[in-house]
Amino acid sequence: MSEHHHHDHDHDHSELSDTELRVRALETILTEKGYIDPAALDAMIQAYETKIGPRNGALVVAKAWTDPAFKAALLADGSAAVGTLGHVSRTGDHLVVVENTPARHNMVVCTLCSCYPWEMLGLPPVWYKAAPYRSRAVKDPRGVLADFGFSIPDDTEIRVWDSTAETRFLVLPMRPAGTEGWSEQQLAEIVTRDSMIGTGLVRAPGAPS
Amino acid sequence: MNGVHDMGGMDGFGKVEPEPNEPMFHAEWESRVLAMVRAMGASGAFNIDTSRFYRETLPPEVYLSSSYYKKWFLGLEDMLVERGFIATDEIKAGRASVPPKPLKRGNFTVDSVERVLTRGSFTRPASAPAAFAIGDRVRMKNIHPTTHTRLPRYVRGHVGVIERIHGAHVYPDTAAHDQGENPQWLYTVVFDGAELWGPDGDPTLKVSVEAFEPYLDPA
Repeated sequence: MSEHHHHDHDHDHSELSDTELRVRALETILTEKGYIDPAALDAMIQAYETKIGPRNGALVVAKAWTDPAFKAALLADGSAAVGTLGHVSRTGDHLVVVENTPARHNMVVCTLCSCYPWEMLGLPPVWYKAAPYRSRAVKDPRGVLADFGFSIPDDTEIRVWDSTAETRFLVLPMRPAGTEGWSEQQLAEIVTRDSMIGTGLVRAPGAPS
Repeated sequence: MNGVHDMGGMDGFGKVEPEPNEPMFHAEWESRVLAMVRAMGASGAFNIDTSRFYRETLPPEVYLSSSYYKKWFLGLEDMLVERGFIATDEIKAGRASVPPKPLKRGNFTVDSVERVLTRGSFTRPASAPAAFAIGDRVRMKNIHPTTHTRLPRYVRGHVGVIERIHGAHVYPDTAAHDQGENPQWLYTVVFDGAELWGPDGDPTLKVSVEAFEPYLDPA
């Protein structure tokens, strides 16, 4: 039942090649009808593969950790604040940034489909789009965090944001101890994708896990 | 619709299994499907709400047993056929044989790519003042439309509090069915875990949804 089953390519060859043939046929039809230019698809895929990924979100987080005015602006209006950073891709109009603190841990899900801040984090991983996460995140988020191998204190509020409209959520994780005096670039290196979804914590290298 | 896609709170799907060093695509065809969906959407063949509805209406057994991009592919094929952009005979033959139907925003070329990479805006002018203010208690309507909706089952009938107001946005419930953008006020509504899951739920849990005004009643 899991959407993860398609990782098992070796066990699924006939289904996969059937799909592959159907996808190719559709692209041929759309191309012959003039709707699409395959070179445009190539360019789009290349952009997703090279320009749009969690690095964008990490740069935003690192900036927020080192620049209190930027952090305040980011929490007040995520889209506007990210728009002031020339080196980060444009993010559309509906970015909401939510801050993790010792009192509150934020986690983002889309129970209905797969809504995710693409411009900040790239394309979502399979687990984010699959039934186990979508079903459990809103009911048993601590159980989900355990699946990711960590826990938060029992008295920390856990806030789950279900992305049911076109607003998109980015978690601003807590800056780990031991990173005092680090540059934005150094900090950006340690910010993980999962920490910006709320299914991970940022750890300084060498820190105990 | 009360479809199998509306998964919040369901049990039995097992553990979340993160894949270490997951590739962006698990097969090349996945990237072609993503790009075709984005391209045909950007060209005006369908909007994002319609494309979601076509995935939601896949038969439940197909939805649950198909990979993510397989669902995208099946929804895309259905949409393009039903909207007259391609014919089933063309799919069978794997070749175009029917003249194309004009696309609202023109064919998708290399020059169109940049447009797809920046997310569009869904904010629209409001036609009336917002009915609710931050801090208001609201009850989510107990409605079960068979059409597209973004009101998940697990919050219907429950009471929450308005936490944020996002302005008026395109209303997916009508936009998905070509009944217009029909802009509606959009709110973040936050619920106590116990309100949703009962006294045995996690006492530290709060859950929010993004809710359009027609989903809400005063509480």
